[in-house]
Amino acid sequence: MAEKVLMKGNEAIAEAALHAGCRHYFGYPITPQTEIAAYMAKRMPKIGGTFLQAESEIAAINMVYGVASAGYRVMTSSSSPGISLKGEGLSYLAGADLPALVVNVQRGGPGLGGIQPSQSDYFQATRGGGHGDYHMIVLAPASVQEMAELTIKGFELADTYRMTSMILADGTMGQMMEPVALDLEVKPAPAKPWATNGTKLQREHNIVNSLSLVPDELEQLNFARYERYRTVEENVVMYEEYMMEDADICIAAFGIAARVSKNAINEARRQGIKVGMIRPITLWPFPKEVFRRAADHVKTFISVELSMGQMIEDVRLATECRAPVLLCNRVGGMIPSPEQVLETIQNVVKNGGAN
Amino acid sequence: MSTKQMLFSGFGGQGILFAGKFIAYKGLIEEKQVSWLPSYGPEMRGGTASCSVIVSDDPVGSPIVSKPDVLVAMNLPSLDRFEASVAPGGMIFADSTLIERKVARDDVKVFYIPATRLAGENGMPTLANMIIVGKILKELNEFDEDAINAALKKVISAKHADMMEVNLKAMRIGAEN
Repeated sequence: MAEKVLMKGNEAIAEAALHAGCRHYFGYPITPQTEIAAYMAKRMPKIGGTFLQAESEIAAINMVYGVASAGYRVMTSSSSPGISLKGEGLSYLAGADLPALVVNVQRGGPGLGGIQPSQSDYFQATRGGGHGDYHMIVLAPASVQEMAELTIKGFELADTYRMTSMILADGTMGQMMEPVALDLEVKPAPAKPWATNGTKLQREHNIVNSLSLVPDELEQLNFARYERYRTVEENVVMYEEYMMEDADICIAAFGIAARVSKNAINEARRQGIKVGMIRPITLWPFPKEVFRRAADHVKTFISVELSMGQMIEDVRLATECRAPVLLCNRVGGMIPSPEQVLETIQNVVKNGGAN
Repeated sequence: MSTKQMLFSGFGGQGILFAGKFIAYKGLIEEKQVSWLPSYGPEMRGGTASCSVIVSDDPVGSPIVSKPDVLVAMNLPSLDRFEASVAPGGMIFADSTLIERKVARDDVKVFYIPATRLAGENGMPTLANMIIVGKILKELNEFDEDAINAALKKVISAKHADMMEVNLKAMRIGAEN
């Protein structure tokens, strides 16, 4: 294995993107993800790539649309309010079936909100973010190593399924440094016969477009897209199970909330409480099956989130409400402490929710 | 199996983040699991600064240090803010040039180091942070110059390689005080 280096999560995303062959980055600065743009600004010119600080988030996402149309690996990054601005572009990317990588290092909202960590863009990310029927592949890293690995995975999945992949991180994941090994394997990009990269007078023109004015044709496009989404749901689901074999209580958490919860679980186990965790790594597609199976033996679920309770809805849907699902949360840039999670676990036991 | 949770605090410009990064790198070189998490705000310079550093034999769970085993306070607001959070039996390292009061708790080990004064007297006014780091390493029995040099190489860019020696010197001063 290559030597491990200490890197911020934001920097790991940028380096991994270069590693994945991304040579086009468009963005607009916003805390807490600006290190991604700064890293790209420094590195892209040296390797023949393009870094462009756009005049706005909207401009940046449309530049992504352009480069994706030409068949190249391309990305943009922002934080919550900036992602809202990109909403229209995300929908157009989906409507044109273009592969791209978009990073959201979330901060507290709504509105301009604050600059401290949050997970309150879960709905926005997992339900598409813009208008129309569509999904993005949503990846939720819980370490700097995963920031790097999921960036590469994100590009690969985007190309395979002609979709946008979104890295849904948060301020702590972006700002923290951890050791990371960057000797990661990258699958070469597949052929993109649909790309608008010049006919060389040897083929018909390719057209990349999201406008379709004939209703039954647009309906067919939607049906076909959702067929593809079904394949993604069958093939792409990723999650981590932690101490779930004998668990009576199951924590559902992703990203920083999962890191905090692990501390609480370890302490609860020392106290003899049978608690485990399912950590979704793909938020869409959501790991429904593992939650459904868990509901066979779990008496109570606890969704730990930096939001007012968003993923909790997917946990309830996946478990078909066969067991109660409680919320343990902080918002506005606050992070639940291991003690708060532990107390929630202990209260479940006290109230008979583990029997 | 051991986990050391450390919190470095002071005001912007004192090298708080750098000191934490050095400790994290030293842990990495010694094949420990490490994490480093800064508090971040909208200001570019000045203001208060702190960072959480965890060095552990086990994978690091939460990177947020709320009950530090080791607290570095390089100014009074930092000591006021974090003194109560230190784990019982933990250590507090205070820059006594800038902090006139004593630590009120009696269940922690306290080290008063006139780091800012020592840094000035030794012609290294920007290295009060590393004087304190030297003292920490000494008290933790981790003052190993090979590991220190290896970690310095990681945190000091090649452009500033001439700063290696003076950083080591600062740590030696800290260890001897």
